[in-house]
Amino acid sequence: MITVKNLHKQFGNLEVLKGIDQHISPGEKVVIIGPSGSGKSTFLRCLNLLETPTSGQIFFEGTDITDPKCDINAIRRRMGMVFQQFNLFPHLTVMQNLTLAPVTTGVMDKESAARKAGQLLARVGLSDKAGAYPAQLSGGQKQRIAIVRALTMNPDVMLFDEPTSALDPEMVGEVLDVMKQLAKDGMTMVVVTHEMGFAREVGDRVLFMDEGIVMEEGTPQQIFGNPQNPRTQDFLRKVL
Amino acid sequence: MTILDGLSAWLSDLKAEFILNFIDKNRWEMLVEGLQTTLLIALFACLLGIAIGVLVAVVRTTWESTRLTMRRGPGRLALSLLNRVCLLYTTVIRGTPVVVQLLIMYYIIFASSNNGLMVASLAFGINSGAYVSEIIRSGILSVDKGQMEAGRSLGMTYLQTMWKIIAPQVLKNVLPTLANEFIALLKETSVAGYVAVADLTFAGNRIRGVTYSPFMPLIAVALIYLAVVMFFTWLVGKLERRLRQGDNR
Repeated sequence: MITVKNLHKQFGNLEVLKGIDQHISPGEKVVIIGPSGSGKSTFLRCLNLLETPTSGQIFFEGTDITDPKCDINAIRRRMGMVFQQFNLFPHLTVMQNLTLAPVTTGVMDKESAARKAGQLLARVGLSDKAGAYPAQLSGGQKQRIAIVRALTMNPDVMLFDEPTSALDPEMVGEVLDVMKQLAKDGMTMVVVTHEMGFAREVGDRVLFMDEGIVMEEGTPQQIFGNPQNPRTQDFLRKVL
Repeated sequence: MTILDGLSAWLSDLKAEFILNFIDKNRWEMLVEGLQTTLLIALFACLLGIAIGVLVAVVRTTWESTRLTMRRGPGRLALSLLNRVCLLYTTVIRGTPVVVQLLIMYYIIFASSNNGLMVASLAFGINSGAYVSEIIRSGILSVDKGQMEAGRSLGMTYLQTMWKIIAPQVLKNVLPTLANEFIALLKETSVAGYVAVADLTFAGNRIRGVTYSPFMPLIAVALIYLAVVMFFTWLVGKLERRLRQGDNR
C-alpha cells in the first residue's frame, strides 16, 4: 500500500532522515517507536507530504506521490492523519469539523457526510457532542473527534503522530480504545507513539528509529522480548 | 448683578452664537453635507484598504510559508515578484505622510481629474491598505500552523483551507485592531480639505471663517466625529461577541 524508497529529509544542514526503505501492506499496523529527535514524526509527516522529502520516493497505492505532477490533495483524501495537538477547528462545531472536508473537497454531499459523521460519532460514544465547540471538550474527547474527522473521509490508511502525548494520563485509555477498535476493523495504520503497551498489543510490526534510520524492526515479540540492537535495548530499558 | 442674571446673559450669548453658526443661512446643512462626504470617503477607503490589505497579506504570508518548499518554476517566480511589489508598497506608503500622498495623488497622478472626492477616497484607501495588510498578516500568523496542516491533511487545497479554516479565525483575531484602523482612517480623512474636498472638518472651518466665531463650529465638528466613532465601536463590539461563539466553555 505504501512503499518508501531511500527517503532522505534535511532541514537546512540538519539531516533528519538518512535513507529509509519501508513497505507497508494493506491492513498492516506499523508502530514506530524511538527517542525524541530520532526522525519518527518527520518520517510519518513525509508519508502524506506535510514534509517534502529532500530525496527518495514514496509510492501510495502505486502512485509516486513525490512526483511533482501527482495531485497530492487527491492522495491526502485517502490518507487520514491524527496530530498530537488535535488541531480541531475551534470556530466550528464538532459536526462542522467532521463534515467540512468531505463536503468542501466534493467527496460527499452534505447529507451523506452528516450521516457518516453521525454514525462515527456514535461509535466513539460522542453523539451528544455534535453541536459542541472544541473548547467545550476534554483532551480525550478532542482527540477522539480528531480521529473521527479523519475517518469521515473514508481513508485507506490512518497516520497517527503521537496521538496520546498531549493528553492527561486518565484520558489516554479512551483514545487508545478507539484506535484498538479501528485496528480490529482492519484499518491500515501507521502509529508514532510512546505507548509501548499499545505497540505490543496492536502492532503487527514495530520499527525502532534512531538517528534518522530504522535501527531495528520486527514483531512486537522480537522487539520487546528479544531486541538485538544495543540502542534498542538501551531505549527500551529507559521506557519500560 | 446676581449670578442668575450672569447665567442668563451667558445663555443668551450662547443661543445667539448657536443661531449665528448653525441656523442663519442654514449653515447646519454644510455640516451635514460635510459629514456625508467624510463618511463616503471613509467607507470607500475602508473597503479599498481591506481589499488591498487582504491581498498583500495573503501574498506575503503565502510567500513566507512556501518559499522554502515551493518548486522552481513560473509560479514561484510570479509569487516572488508579487511579494517584492507588496513589500515596496508597504514600505513607501508607511514611510510617507498621508497628506503628502494625498497631494501627490491630486496634483500629479490625477492632475487631469477634478473629482477630489474620488481622488481622496483612492488616496486614503491605498494608504490604509498598507496598515491593514500588516494587521491581517499578523492575524494570519497568529493562527496555529497545525490548522493549515489539519486542513491540508484532509485533502483540502491551500486556498480552500485558507478560506474555510484560516480566514474565519483571522477575522476574529484582527477585528479589534481592524476597527482601530478604521477609526484612525475616519479621522485621517479630516485632511481631505487640502485637495478642496468639503468634508466635515472643512465645513466646520468654513463656518468659522464666515462667522468669525470658532467655538461652536469646531466643537460641533469634534462632537460629530466622536459620535460616529462611538457608534462604530458599539457596532464592532456586537460583531465581536458573535464571532466569539466558539470560545464559550
